[in-house]
Amino acid sequence: MRVLNLVQAIHEALDLALARDERVLVFGEDVGRLGGVFRVTEGLQTKYGEDRVFDTPLAESGILGLAIGLAMGGMRPVAEIQFAGFLYPALDQILSHLGRWRHRSRGRVGLPVVVRAPYGGGVHTPEQHADSPEAILGHTPGVKVVIPSSPERAKGLLLAALEDPDPVFFLEAIKLYRGVRAEVPEGYYTLPLGKARILREGKAATLIGYGGMVEVMLEAAEVAAREGVEVMVVDLETLVPLDEDTLLAAVRETGRAVVVYEAMRTGGFGAEIAARIAEGAIDYLQAPVVRVAGYDAPYPPFSAVEHFYRPNAKRVLAALRRVLRY
Amino acid sequence: MKLKVVRYLDRGEFPLGAEEALALYRAMRRARFFDEKALTLQRQGRLGVYAPFMGQEAAQVGVALALGEGDWVVPSYRESALLLARGLPIHTLILYWRAHPAGWRFPEGVRAVNPYIPIATQIPQAVGLALAGRYRGEEWVVATSIGDGGTSEGDFHEGLNFAAVFRAPVVFLVQNNGYAISVPKSRQMRVDYIAQRAEGYGMPGVVVDGNDAFAVYLEAKKAVERARKGEGPTLLEALTYRLAPHTTSDDPSRYRSKEEEEAWRQKDPVLRLRKALEDKGLWDEEREKALLEELEEEFGRELSLADSAPEPRPEEIVEHVYAEMGPDQKRVWEALRRGLHLEEVG
Repeated sequence: MRVLNLVQAIHEALDLALARDERVLVFGEDVGRLGGVFRVTEGLQTKYGEDRVFDTPLAESGILGLAIGLAMGGMRPVAEIQFAGFLYPALDQILSHLGRWRHRSRGRVGLPVVVRAPYGGGVHTPEQHADSPEAILGHTPGVKVVIPSSPERAKGLLLAALEDPDPVFFLEAIKLYRGVRAEVPEGYYTLPLGKARILREGKAATLIGYGGMVEVMLEAAEVAAREGVEVMVVDLETLVPLDEDTLLAAVRETGRAVVVYEAMRTGGFGAEIAARIAEGAIDYLQAPVVRVAGYDAPYPPFSAVEHFYRPNAKRVLAALRRVLRY
Repeated sequence: MKLKVVRYLDRGEFPLGAEEALALYRAMRRARFFDEKALTLQRQGRLGVYAPFMGQEAAQVGVALALGEGDWVVPSYRESALLLARGLPIHTLILYWRAHPAGWRFPEGVRAVNPYIPIATQIPQAVGLALAGRYRGEEWVVATSIGDGGTSEGDFHEGLNFAAVFRAPVVFLVQNNGYAISVPKSRQMRVDYIAQRAEGYGMPGVVVDGNDAFAVYLEAKKAVERARKGEGPTLLEALTYRLAPHTTSDDPSRYRSKEEEEAWRQKDPVLRLRKALEDKGLWDEEREKALLEELEEEFGRELSLADSAPEPRPEEIVEHVYAEMGPDQKRVWEALRRGLHLEEVG
């Protein structure tokens, strides 16, 4: 099997989808001739033509609105937003319409839209380029939120997102684009949305996270193991719909949980995870659920302080020690 | 840039055949009839908040009748006349304004989508819908409408730019009724005509007397034709006035004078067209009476249909959020189906 990075795996998924289904369209800012600022769509315009893969004017709300209209008319648009932090101008389209159309038309208008956006930090980007807005998206009824953590998962999940009858936000951790490589199966395959994965077994505590934080959790688990503490690692992968069964079973098994996410702490998606654990597994808990997250401040734009903000293995280990002390 | 306001009525011009002119009048009269009934129902507590369109019938019906069967309308919330003229059943519209779930699902055969409450967000969506027709080889035209206030929103500008860049078959109807609820046009923009802006996007801009059904209809037809031929979008500005409040919760006496309202009442689009038809010998009191009887009977029938819609079930609140219910919706739905009370669902 070939070894691909995240960019190559996502590119391959888009290529397969464009070849398979004429309704699939790929568009956004700079995705055509340039192939996207991260080169995810490189070569697709040459291969599929300017009607199927095209550049739009620089206007995020317009891009989301266009995607909604195209989907209404029976197409399967894949819109790229250059950075997830640039989704904010399009929030009206997302909150007022993308998530709501099926409901407000009582099922007449379904929107099979996929919105891809790079998110998260760790690569020294300018302001607004490292935001993690998954909690805002997850707080929108009617959309799904998927955040893969590896190339082979990304390919199958993106193809599943494209087959899904509802809008899916597909957030791609910038840190992982060229930072993870793995064997990726050839050809077309899908992986089910809405399933969490146990990446590592352990009885002492459960680490829960997704996307760019998965490698951080695995690193912390590795260090802990060397110290004789085996922890379980859960990759949520799909935030909405959330696989509560796997999540709660994992926490019930260990009685201790640390939730890791790189968005700001207050109201972040990890707060939702902690609340679900409190509701569904309180009888099993032997310690409070602890969050390791970004701080309640904007994500810092410059590399000199970025590493203070973004959760790392050290902070996860410190949190782990806290929950193990109880 | 000088734009001329296109107008036929009150100049003795009659540019349409009898059949077309009568179709326009009947549709406008029917819309007015609905609007009056809706206001009465609202006052009786039999309708929720309602946004009347009275005074804007020519703008809406003129565009609706200029469209072909396969074309779509993407309306804003004041466009009930547009929807009725496109074939939306009256009982569906009543249920829509009752916020009854059955009124949210427009029938499949009706090429109209639910009205938009947020301002201007429909504009880029209409462009996408128009392009979808091109991809499918159907080339349907999309007519979408907005008020003068809505043209201040970013989505209006993004949508028009997208339409021009992609040469999308869209007709943008701006119903310039002079007010964004209470704020007059002079506080929204520093241009005489919104249609002037069309040139800035690279599309034709046309201004019509929006209370002149002939003018709206004929210019809309040209715009639809242009779109169908692949020549791209048109911005059609209809100068008009809403004779009623913004919604049934609004009090226009706080921001408009009686004199102004009265002056516009003289230009009532329904009465103006009726007079033109009468002058031509195509209409009279007797025909009007017969039409009103017909409308009364139709409305009564449709109202009974709306009244007999089943009471909404509590579990409907989590239906149609996704094509297939997710675990969080299913939990609530099943609990409610089992007969649990909302406070027990958690």
